[in-house]
Amino acid sequence: MTNSFDFSTTLSNAWFPTPIFTASGCASSGRELSQFFPLKNIGAVVTKSVMLKARHGRPTPRMAETPSGMLNSIGLQGPGIDAFLTKDVPWLVEAGARVIVSIAGETIDEYASLARRIRSVPGLSAIEVNISCPNVENRGLVFACDPEASRAVIDGVRKTLGGELPIIAKLSPDVTDIVAIARGVIEAGADGVALINTLLGMVINTETMRPHLAGKTGGLSGPAIRPVAVRAIYQVHQALPKVPILGMGGVRSGRDAFELVLAGASGISVGTATFGNPTALIDIQKQLQELLITKGFSSFRDAVGFAHRNDDVDGA
Amino acid sequence: MSEINRQAQQLSATILSNKRIGQYHQILLNVGEMVRHCRPGNFVAISIGDESSALVLRRAFAISRVSDRGEYGGTLELIVAPHGAGSRWLCSQGENVELDVVGPLGKAFGIPTTPVQAMLIGGAYGSAPLFGLAEVLKARGCRVDMILGASTSSQVYAPLEGKRSVNSLKIYTEDGSTGTTGIVTDPLRELIEAGQIDVIYSCGSMGMLAAIQKIVEGTDVVHQASVEEAMACGIGVCMTCVLPVAAEDGSVSMLRSCIDGPVMDGARVKWDLVGEVFGATS
Repeated sequence: MTNSFDFSTTLSNAWFPTPIFTASGCASSGRELSQFFPLKNIGAVVTKSVMLKARHGRPTPRMAETPSGMLNSIGLQGPGIDAFLTKDVPWLVEAGARVIVSIAGETIDEYASLARRIRSVPGLSAIEVNISCPNVENRGLVFACDPEASRAVIDGVRKTLGGELPIIAKLSPDVTDIVAIARGVIEAGADGVALINTLLGMVINTETMRPHLAGKTGGLSGPAIRPVAVRAIYQVHQALPKVPILGMGGVRSGRDAFELVLAGASGISVGTATFGNPTALIDIQKQLQELLITKGFSSFRDAVGFAHRNDDVDGA
Repeated sequence: MSEINRQAQQLSATILSNKRIGQYHQILLNVGEMVRHCRPGNFVAISIGDESSALVLRRAFAISRVSDRGEYGGTLELIVAPHGAGSRWLCSQGENVELDVVGPLGKAFGIPTTPVQAMLIGGAYGSAPLFGLAEVLKARGCRVDMILGASTSSQVYAPLEGKRSVNSLKIYTEDGSTGTTGIVTDPLRELIEAGQIDVIYSCGSMGMLAAIQKIVEGTDVVHQASVEEAMACGIGVCMTCVLPVAAEDGSVSMLRSCIDGPVMDGARVKWDLVGEVFGATS
């Protein structure tokens, strides 16, 4: 039964043997997790969003645990694109991992510059354009909150990159109409969308009576945000059924992943769950496959968006 | 490049005993072969709660001691203060409970190849990993002195058997309820000037570690500090437990205390920049 089940998935022209990926920013560059399982055994490693220059990120405290979740305020700490492409990417490719490189910029031009560096790098499966990191000094930098800025970023990346490598735009749930943002980035040349980035939140320490995080606000992740992710994926899949969605948000079990798949996700990223369990990706992957087989699906792709079936009939 | 502890593994460990000692809990785990890879200064990350729990993050605990003798094979001891939701849950677990443990993690204390005069300084239950370290240093022929400090006597962790592994032990409490009234740094300058310290090994609050480094500054004394920063994963992927640390060329980077620490060269840590913004980009 397991042998005949097709667990593979695609995001645009990129093929993956399984639909379970790391989430950007939750697996560093992947090397640390390889201590616990071979990275080639999961669908793909989505690397931590890299910027043009090395970046220290925000001061500590950077983390606060919250009910069924956590706030993080890392601030895109990283080595910069050059060191990243020299050290991290070749290591991942050598390890047999499928690699989705995530990029983040402070300006529209910076995204295009990043795309220029990545264009000729061999061995990449796709590029995630993170236009929605909440941990930036200027909230105006969250391109994904503005339809025009979102389009402009993706347009610049598409033109620089050419037509080969799939572009996945990572969107924020902190918007009034996520479908409008998704439609905009697809029109601008994105091949798919990643839903959802963290939600902006705050914890106030009642001892010090000040915001707990040094950066004051942080991104909320973990099971607490899963219903928001399911809703966003459902809405976008309903409006744009042909657009592949990389879904993420609070997935802690195969059941949770299945929920995102039913809503319309063609791939599922696991983030915060890895912090609690280094082998969460492997556990979730196994559970999801078993669940799909138990439910009678012969392939993963048959389950994508299955919660939308007969919507027309129901709505009539 | 810094890397995760090569010996780290995930395993299920049984609680052999859980005893209350003053304000702390002494928890003994059966971890089998893992003890062979545990060094003083390493830590473990433990999954908290069950499937229905709202706690999603692992908790890091310093390894107090390990033993590969005894009826259970490899055992690992933790000294836990039930301060927060995670540590309270752990302290409430009884014998035979299975825990999901990842370890050993982090960089251990550096052990000198030749005998030196070592001073071990612990704040509150930060003293726990120092007794295991003392045994290793003694076995290397080092002279091992220890200073422990806490705000009050009930917060001092100094087990009887631990006292035997050091040449001298001085205790300082801020309220004078036990030992000398004062703080651990009070006698340091004099001891350094008298040439009685080659290496300081410290474990305690960041404030204590920074104060020790201030006294050590400009002397030949090496300071190996076991730092304390809140961690979400313990395995280097979440980037929350970072500290500003200088490289040889003087450039400062945010290093992960779970991978590049918890034991760090006190002279390299930019103690005054901890929790501060410094140059958004380098």
